[in-house]
Amino acid sequence: MKKYISSTINHFILSIGLLIMIVPIWIIFASSTHSSLFINTNGLQFFLGDNFIENYSRVLFKQSGFFNEITALKMFFNSFVMATGIATLSVITSLMAAYGLVYFKVKYATIIFWLIFITLLVPLELRIMPSYIVMSKLNLVNTFAGLILPISASAIATFFFRQFYKSIPDELLEAAKLDGTNSLRFFIDFLIPLSKTMIAAVFIFMFVFGYNQYLWPLIMTTSEQYWTVVMGLKTMYGSISDRFAFVIMSMIPPVIIIIFLQRLFIQGIFQNK
Amino acid sequence: MVYQRIDSNRKIKMSFLELQNITKIYPNGTKAVNETSLNIENGEFVVFVGPSGCGKSTLLRMIAGLEDITNGEISLDGNIINKIDPSERDVAMVFQNYALYPHMSVFNNMAYGLKNRGISKEEINNKVNDVAKLLEIDQLLTRKPSMLSGGQRQRVAMGRAIVRNPKIFLFDEPLSNLDAKLRNQMRLEIKRLQRQMGVTSIFVTHDQTEAMTLGDRIVVINNGVVEQVGTPKEIYSKPNTKFVAEFIGSPQMNLFNCKIENGIAHIADMKINLNNSTNLDDATLGIRPDDILISDNGKHSCVANLVEYLGSDMIIYSKIGDQEFSCKLSSKINLNSGDTFKFDISGTSVHLFDNTTGSRV
Repeated sequence: MKKYISSTINHFILSIGLLIMIVPIWIIFASSTHSSLFINTNGLQFFLGDNFIENYSRVLFKQSGFFNEITALKMFFNSFVMATGIATLSVITSLMAAYGLVYFKVKYATIIFWLIFITLLVPLELRIMPSYIVMSKLNLVNTFAGLILPISASAIATFFFRQFYKSIPDELLEAAKLDGTNSLRFFIDFLIPLSKTMIAAVFIFMFVFGYNQYLWPLIMTTSEQYWTVVMGLKTMYGSISDRFAFVIMSMIPPVIIIIFLQRLFIQGIFQNK
Repeated sequence: MVYQRIDSNRKIKMSFLELQNITKIYPNGTKAVNETSLNIENGEFVVFVGPSGCGKSTLLRMIAGLEDITNGEISLDGNIINKIDPSERDVAMVFQNYALYPHMSVFNNMAYGLKNRGISKEEINNKVNDVAKLLEIDQLLTRKPSMLSGGQRQRVAMGRAIVRNPKIFLFDEPLSNLDAKLRNQMRLEIKRLQRQMGVTSIFVTHDQTEAMTLGDRIVVINNGVVEQVGTPKEIYSKPNTKFVAEFIGSPQMNLFNCKIENGIAHIADMKINLNNSTNLDDATLGIRPDDILISDNGKHSCVANLVEYLGSDMIIYSKIGDQEFSCKLSSKINLNSGDTFKFDISGTSVHLFDNTTGSRV
C-alpha cells in the first residue's frame, strides 16, 4: 500500500513536470495550424486548426530576410551543416586530445590538460572580437568553415573522454600490445568502439550547442545566404501563425538527433552491464 | 637447443630464454627485481612463486616487454630482446583479470592478434575454430565477454594466447579470480594443454600449491631476489633458505630457534641428535609437520593445545618451551585437546639453517 502511494506521488510530480514542458509547445503548435486572422481575433488555441499544410509550406519556401535572399528551408540547411560540423569536429578533436594526454608519455600532461580545461572560462562570447579578426584575416567570413572552426574544440568533451580513458584498465592496452597492435590501431580498434556511448553523448551535446549559436553566426555572416535558424527566429516578420510554425520547425532537428543517437546510448548502457 | 656464435671457433650452448643480471628499479627508487639470472629451456613449465610484492610479476612483465629493464639482458631463442617491442617478441600473456576486449566477440578476441599479423581470413577461421574446440568454447564464439562466466573468460584468455602459437606463454596469476573448485580444474587443464603443446611457459602465482603442482621447475622469489630454483621435489625436500622452507609446504614448516653443540640440537630442554658434528650458537631447525612421528614409545612428549580436524588428517598445535609448533598426522589416531602425546623426530629429516646468513647448513 505504501509503495502504491509513493509511486502515485512520484507519477503525479512527473506528470506536472511533463505538462509544464509540453503544454506551451502544444499551444504554439496548435495555434500554428490556424490562420493568423483567427488567432488575432480569438487568441491562442488549444485545439488543432485546418491550415497546417498551408502555413508550414508557406513558411518553408517563402523568401525572407532583409533582401529576400533566403528561405526557411535554406536556414535549416545552414544550421544543420553548422551544428553537424561543430559536433563532428569537436568529437574528433577531443577524442584525439584525450588519447594523446592519457596514453602517450607527454611531459606535463596534467598541466596541459588543465590549460585546455581553463578555456571553459573563456566562452566564445568573450573572445568574439579576436576570433572574428582571425577568421576575417583567413578570409573565412561568410563561409561554413568560418562558422564552424572557432567552436570546434571542446574542453568539456576532452575532459569526458580523458576521464573515460583513465577508467580503461591498463591490461587492455598491454594485451593489445602483445597482440601486435600499434598506437593508431589501438585508437581505432579499441578506444573508438569502447567510447561509442560517450561519443554519442558528446555529439548530441555539441550538436545542440552548435545549433543554438546566435551571436557568432550573426557576426560572422554578412550575406543572408548563411543565416541560421536561430538568427531567422529573430527576423521572422511574417504573420503570427507563420512565426509559430517556424518556432515549431526549429525544434525538430535537435529532437531528431537525440532520437537517433539515443538508441546507441541505450545499447551502450546494456552492453556495459 | 640454440647455439650462438661468440667467436669464430667457439660456440656456447644457450638456453631458450636467458635472463642475465636483470634489475628493475622504478622511477621512485623502489628496487623490484635485483640482479636476477635464470635459464629456461624450451618446452619447460616454470613457475615463479613468492609473496605479493616480491617482484615476480615485474619479472614476467619484463620478459613480455611491458616493463623496461633497468639493467641486464634478456635473450629469447638466441636473440637479445631488451629493446624489442612487445608486439614483436612473439610472446603471449594471460592476465589476472583476463583483459579480454569487451567490445569484441569471443571469435574476434582470439582472431585479433592473427589479423594484426596479416594472416588470411581462412587460416584465421581454421585456427580459431581449432583452438576453440580444444578449449571447449566453440559454442561461445559469437558472444561478447560480458556474457561469459569467469571460467569461460579464463578459457577465452587462454585461447587468445594459444591461437597465436607464440614462442612462450606468460601467465600472470590467471587463476586467482576463480573459485576453489574451478581453480583446481583449470590448473589441471593448463598443465594438460602445456604438455600437449610443449610451449615454454612461465606461470606467476603466490599460491604454493599451484606452484608445486604445475611447475617442472619452481623459482622462489623474495624481495626481488631469487631464493631458490629447482624441481618441486628439490624445493620441498631441500629448501636452500629459511624463507623457502617457510613458504613452501602446507601446513608451514616448524622453525625452532636452537643451539647446536656437537651435532645435538637443543630446543628448550629437548635434544635432537643430527648425526653430525656441527656447532652453531644461533641456528634455526626446521621440521615439517609431517616429519614429527607420533608413537607411544616416543622419546619426547608434549601437550596438544589445539587439535584441528581436516578429515583424513588432523593438525596438532603444541609448544616446546615457548616455541609453538604443529604436527600433521592421520586422523585415525585418537587424540584430543589437552592430551599428552609422545613423538620422535628423526635427525635426518630436519633442515638446519644458520640464522646469521639465513641459508641451509
